[in-house]
Amino acid sequence: MRSQGRKVYMVSGGVTKFAKATPDMDFRLRTKKAFDYALNDAGISLKDIDGSVASYFADHFQRQLMSGIMAQDYLGLTPKPSKRIEGGGATGGLAFQTGFEEVSSGRMDTCAVYGFESMSHVNTWKGNEFIALASDTNFDYPVGGFYTGYYALMAVRHMHEFGTTVEQLAKVSIKNHGNAIHNPYSQSPMKLTVEDVRNSPMVSYPLTRLDVCTMSDGAAVAILADEEKAFEMSDNPVLVKSIGTGTDTMRLSDRPFLKVPLLPNEKESDYRNLKYPGIHSFRAGRTAAKEAYEAAGITDPLDEIDVVELHDAYTSSEVQTYEDLGLCKYGEGGSFIEEGKSALNGKVAVNPSGGLLACGHPVGATGIMQAVFMFWQLQHSLKKHFGNDKLQVNGAKRGLIHSHAGTGTYVTVSIMEAVK
Amino acid sequence: MTINPNAKMEESQDGTEVYNIDPLIVKSHYEIDYIHSYAQDSRFFTSLGKKKLMGTRCKNPNCGYSYATPRMHCMICGSETEWIELPGKGKIHSYTTCYFGSEAFLKETPFHLVLVEFEGIDSVFLARLIGADTEDLYIGMPIVAKFKRLQSFSPTDVYFVPSAEALKK
Repeated sequence: MRSQGRKVYMVSGGVTKFAKATPDMDFRLRTKKAFDYALNDAGISLKDIDGSVASYFADHFQRQLMSGIMAQDYLGLTPKPSKRIEGGGATGGLAFQTGFEEVSSGRMDTCAVYGFESMSHVNTWKGNEFIALASDTNFDYPVGGFYTGYYALMAVRHMHEFGTTVEQLAKVSIKNHGNAIHNPYSQSPMKLTVEDVRNSPMVSYPLTRLDVCTMSDGAAVAILADEEKAFEMSDNPVLVKSIGTGTDTMRLSDRPFLKVPLLPNEKESDYRNLKYPGIHSFRAGRTAAKEAYEAAGITDPLDEIDVVELHDAYTSSEVQTYEDLGLCKYGEGGSFIEEGKSALNGKVAVNPSGGLLACGHPVGATGIMQAVFMFWQLQHSLKKHFGNDKLQVNGAKRGLIHSHAGTGTYVTVSIMEAVK
Repeated sequence: MTINPNAKMEESQDGTEVYNIDPLIVKSHYEIDYIHSYAQDSRFFTSLGKKKLMGTRCKNPNCGYSYATPRMHCMICGSETEWIELPGKGKIHSYTTCYFGSEAFLKETPFHLVLVEFEGIDSVFLARLIGADTEDLYIGMPIVAKFKRLQSFSPTDVYFVPSAEALKK
């Protein structure tokens, strides 16, 4: 086992309201608003920040290279240390973990992790083209050129392997859009039925418009600190207990057909005939969960985790991710949502915020947004930040945040724990 | 040496397309031609013109992992791979129909995507399929590779159609 490093706490966070387009602010001002919210909430100021990590995905969206330093500059953080982290959809999760490493290693006592994306500078279909350039441009982009298409291929195979149904997928959309009704930061709160989801325009069979997240403008900030600084700044910080990261091949077509890497609560006999990961499961997600669980001493995730904010860019990927995280066995993801186990008052609340489906997905901000919502959950301060406590999970002690790139190429899992 | 206090910058009448005044939103145009090399993957693309679908196989005798989508080094053991010709027939591993897409492909929608598995090959291949409706497609459906006569040196120079065997089902 490697060195544990110093304990790292989250002491504050801020998020802008995600929206399809907010042309009255650019990425710098949006990030500044989220940053000031976080500073004010903790009662700290610029001088308390030792350095930062910048999180954003695509230079294409704004045709502005080095946006990171422009945000650093606008926030007044120059000449302090900073770097840009990029890893597709998992950019925010990777940046959060980089901030963790900066504090854990002792390099910084406090680190501001800020993320942003401004996707409204191009139309939706051009945006889809930019996102699809994050697939192999020799073999994948010229054929499919569309991420919803890639996820639909995985969803069809998941349905074939495990009997998952489109109605079960629709229930993820209903849950997450419904939770978002109580989240004032969300982009698309909606009360939906299975018929609404199935009757909305087909994007890529079997995924409809309401099975897929939207593009957004947004920013989010998480402030991390070592133990001494954390308790100086806050009487209720949240411990970042452990981090885990996994990777997989860029091309979906290269995924092997091997055995499941087992969690402590699984047996080899559970998966006798399953070829893994194939295209039905995310090996990077399982790898990330395994690393994070081992470091946190989690052996039965469903029993030991109270809240999850996971990367539901598609309803199908939420179902796939239940299984990767070991909230249920591989193959049981469809019944897991159907039986209400991931509902707000279920066995484990998954995406109480509304997730990407309903909050929006300004890529570089998304993984940090998850950290902020989880921080408020575990501080039991949602009422203060949302103006209502409808989404507060009673007695939430331990949470998991999950960020995910490509067709499952980079996946991060971070475990957070309440101190109070 | 030239010191000219009356110097005046030349003006253009190109103007700028404006979408909104407050905040000021303008059109900013950008386009580029890349000099894209297929590099070590080149043989895959040139072989399509000879109606050959090429994959690779790991040269390490203790490994021998085979790839339906070529890569010149093995992801399992790191050894070099060699080119192999894939069978012209395969089966649908998974499928979808895209009704929307990236801007570059919008005019081609709706289109089917399939992942193709080949007998004896360890990984699969992404391709377009024509000649069937979504409700006709199923996992395990036998399909056949076809090649465009006029190459565009894109992976879509090969595409798949249902095999005549599929009619018998």
